[in-house]
Amino acid sequence: MLLPLLIMTGLAIVLGAVMGYVSVRFRADSDPLVDKVDAILPQTQCGQCGYPGCRPYAEAIANQEAEINQCPPGGDEGIRKLAELLGREYKPLDAAHGAEKPKSVAVIDEATCIGCTLCIQACPVDAIVGAAKQMHTVVATLCTGCELCVPPCPVDCIRMELVRDTVDTWKWRRPIIPIKAVA
Amino acid sequence: MSGAPYLHRARSVPVIMLWVLAALLPGIVVHAGFFGPGILMQLVVSSLAALVAESAVLALRGQRLAPALSDGSALVTAFLLALCLPPLSPWWLTALGSVFAIVVAKHLYGGLGQNPFNPAMAAYAMLIVAFPALMSQWPLAGEGHQVAGFGESWRLVFGGERALDGITGATPLDALRTGMRGLPGAAPPQISTVMAGSGLGVIAGVGWEWVAAAYALGGLLLVALRVISWHVPTTFLVVLALISALFWMVDPASHAPPWFHVVAGGSMLGAFFVATDPVSGASTPRGKCLFAAGIAVLTYLIRVFGAFPDGIAFATLIMNLCVPIIDRTTQPPIFGHKQGPARRGLRQGDR
Amino acid sequence: MNRRRGFGFHGGIEPNSYKSETTRLPIRVAPISEELVVPLHQNIGGTPRPLVRVGEYVFKGQRIGAADGNISAAVHAPTSGHVTALELRQVPHASGLADPVVVIRADGEDAWMAPEPFDWRAAPPDAVRDYLRDAGVVGLGGAVFPSHLKMRPGDADAIDTLILNGAECEPFITCDDLLMRERAATILRGASILARLTGARETLVGIEDNKPEAIAAMRQAGAGMAGVEVVVLPTRYPTGGAKQLIRALTGIEVPHGARSTEFGVQCFNVGTAHAVADALERGRPLISRIVTVAGAVRTPRNYEVLIGTPVRELLADAGMMAGVERVLMGGPMMGFALPGYAVPVVKATNCLIAWTPGLLPEQPEERPCIRCGACAEVCPADLQPLELYWYARGNQFGKAQEYGVFDCIECGCCAYVCPSNIRLVDYYRYAKSEIWASERDKARADAARARFDARNARIEREKSERAARVAAKTAASRAAVSAIPDASADGVSEPSVSNAGPASGSEAAKHALIAQALARVRARQAGQDVADDPGGAAGAHQPGDTGHTTS
Repeated sequence: MLLPLLIMTGLAIVLGAVMGYVSVRFRADSDPLVDKVDAILPQTQCGQCGYPGCRPYAEAIANQEAEINQCPPGGDEGIRKLAELLGREYKPLDAAHGAEKPKSVAVIDEATCIGCTLCIQACPVDAIVGAAKQMHTVVATLCTGCELCVPPCPVDCIRMELVRDTVDTWKWRRPIIPIKAVA
Repeated sequence: MSGAPYLHRARSVPVIMLWVLAALLPGIVVHAGFFGPGILMQLVVSSLAALVAESAVLALRGQRLAPALSDGSALVTAFLLALCLPPLSPWWLTALGSVFAIVVAKHLYGGLGQNPFNPAMAAYAMLIVAFPALMSQWPLAGEGHQVAGFGESWRLVFGGERALDGITGATPLDALRTGMRGLPGAAPPQISTVMAGSGLGVIAGVGWEWVAAAYALGGLLLVALRVISWHVPTTFLVVLALISALFWMVDPASHAPPWFHVVAGGSMLGAFFVATDPVSGASTPRGKCLFAAGIAVLTYLIRVFGAFPDGIAFATLIMNLCVPIIDRTTQPPIFGHKQGPARRGLRQGDR
Repeated sequence: MNRRRGFGFHGGIEPNSYKSETTRLPIRVAPISEELVVPLHQNIGGTPRPLVRVGEYVFKGQRIGAADGNISAAVHAPTSGHVTALELRQVPHASGLADPVVVIRADGEDAWMAPEPFDWRAAPPDAVRDYLRDAGVVGLGGAVFPSHLKMRPGDADAIDTLILNGAECEPFITCDDLLMRERAATILRGASILARLTGARETLVGIEDNKPEAIAAMRQAGAGMAGVEVVVLPTRYPTGGAKQLIRALTGIEVPHGARSTEFGVQCFNVGTAHAVADALERGRPLISRIVTVAGAVRTPRNYEVLIGTPVRELLADAGMMAGVERVLMGGPMMGFALPGYAVPVVKATNCLIAWTPGLLPEQPEERPCIRCGACAEVCPADLQPLELYWYARGNQFGKAQEYGVFDCIECGCCAYVCPSNIRLVDYYRYAKSEIWASERDKARADAARARFDARNARIEREKSERAARVAAKTAASRAAVSAIPDASADGVSEPSVSNAGPASGSEAAKHALIAQALARVRARQAGQDVADDPGGAAGAHQPGDTGHTTS
């Protein structure tokens, strides 16, 4: 009666010690959680989540201070990835932070632009070129589509344009698998 | 619209399944010839039960009936199961096995293509565990034995009659196992006397030898048509022969010779029709060989040291479990990646 | 003669060839269309920059698009006439999307531009490569890889074997067959130019054994040439895949991502060799190619077609029958359905197949994969297509990559044999384009993150610089204040410790303020050269920045 008890207890102690040692000795040196969360966020830097950029939001998520459904540009897919990474429950996008929109870029109407530089100061990724009293323009390949430059413009010359597929960026669609019901 | 290719070979899944069924025919005919028409009744019962079960599950799953019923996979499962059962089993036993194969072993895992276990073997294993007595009543063939005719078979299968004395007995494998166990206190039995005394025919039992030959014939047809690859049957039979030869050479007095094991019981059916099931088997060439070799070794061990009449079913199920890891570890090298960094040096050398 | 026949490659299939209909008639020169639509992007690599304006007159062979960087190839006016538009139009691509094109209204003169003499034998190797780039020579087997990039004279990877690809393994396509039958001598002159440019010592011409006329013509033309050998290969799709052909002829396997030159081999299509000869010997840029027109047309045959000719006109000349539901560009194994008949013939167009349900039956519905492994048996890349399918279908792209989805050459053998009619290659194309897209997205996100961080760092720095400047001024004014002799010590006792703001007291404070203002002016003058404009200084720290001002 006593012997099996001792054996099991001994085993538990030994195995526990081994596991403890292994977890310390072979700890996976991976990115800190903030980096992993940040890698999932779309880096739009739009601030719609309520934080001044993707990194601060990532820090808030990692510290359990923010929900994972506050990032409209990341959309549903982003929320699912975050849920999977963090082991949290999936939640639909919080409408208070905005809606998921198709990817677009800012375009400045160069004829209207007065060269006030307000948009340049607003752009989180320095994607707008121009100087005071010079016409400005958006470098489309750098624009994240955050829309932060739109409200500051005093003459409303910035509009958002959808990014359309080109021959180079077009994707093959997932083959459709017919799932059908019985009549 | 889908992309290229726009050109396709005509051999579809239904065609493949039909070939498998056709390849089973010689074995069925010989089986019926030696052991009576019971097997035909079992085939009908099993097929009907399988089709009904398949339709019911498809309906429950909200899928269309026609494509899945017409692919013939349910029939192949039903045939394989029926051919493994004693031909004079009561009809409900067969039907139960068939329904289990389709509903539990196949559809609960996601249907055709997703089942990790061979459905027929899973059903066979379930039946032999649940109904061991019924599963060992095999008819005897050859001189001195009476083969049940149509009427008698009908009564036995459908009539609930169980008067089997004089008709059924142990299979050669069973006879060997019980014979070799001997009597307590008596001298250890010799394999030669056991075999000679059990009406075991030339190689592995009267009638059984010919059934095995017919299965092998059908199987070779499938290999020739490239419906199945040669890897599985060849490896299975070779490894089974090797391992039985090993035991036999070490102790010929208490182990049956390799030719007995290769022909006996379900060896040929297993080699050509069971282990070659693509869904539950390994898919890489090396994996197929490993898979078949594993079944052969386990079959032998179960036959000789286990408690069941034949080991094919359990060996297959155990190896089915190993398929994911076998496949993962036997991926063939991709084009251009096998030679590694040899590149120019090697080429200059072999000129 | 056939000593190399034994190498072969794994897998492959032997479908019905459907080639006999289009080999009965000789190559016909297609009539010149009234309006030619020349897409600018007809090569792997950068899209050429347009060199012409709307309304401009162009001569036949005049360059209308200049190569954009070195990984690109020029495009030329296929005939003389006026440029009527520079716009986006639908191009022959599976997406059906529009791409920039130059539209030329032919004037009927078909007047060649004045020839520019170019002596490739005397010119330095780099000049020859540039010449081929500017002549628009790209691989005509269908991949349209710029040919000049495939020859690097003087490279460390010296090439000793030049392979000419005349295998043409795909059903229906016979353009290389006819070209070899009719213009073998030009092809081999191109081959000898290529051999010279690449430094190859031997030239192997690989032709499948179902083209006896082409084999005979090429053997006859190559009879007197040293180092040229025509090797007859068994007919098996996809022998004509560059990697499969190299393997079949030399036994060398070129892995995905490696260049065949690393193994001392380079492979060109016979049509490309012909184009090289045309460009270097006659100064003719690539403005036409041979196109097989097959399927439901009254006279299936091969045409020599000007690039830019609308597909509709070519089909009309061949007599397209009623009931054609779509037209495939390329063969039935690797081609795609054209999005419309107004799209032009491009450099990649080797074959057009007018498709009717009676010609090639529509594929039946998909059934579940039974893991039969038929796909793996025929895969020439030694992949396990069934595993790739599983992962691609489940959106497990990482796994798909692990199992080699990018080693897939999309030959279609797996889908050809699949008994469950699974559109396997569609799944691989889907997985590949998803992976590419996510890599693009990731690159963009990384760039945005870097720029965001750089911007924050800059703002931070500006802030601290401003603070430092303020501190410096303050210090200076403090110094000024303390320098003033204690005219009236009743005021601030310890001005250097307290805030240097307007101190209490009257006279002393007044003096202090004046001194402060003076110090500020001095500080500004002194600081002028060091950090004149924080925006400019910050700009210099930003990678890839375009030098804007921010304050």
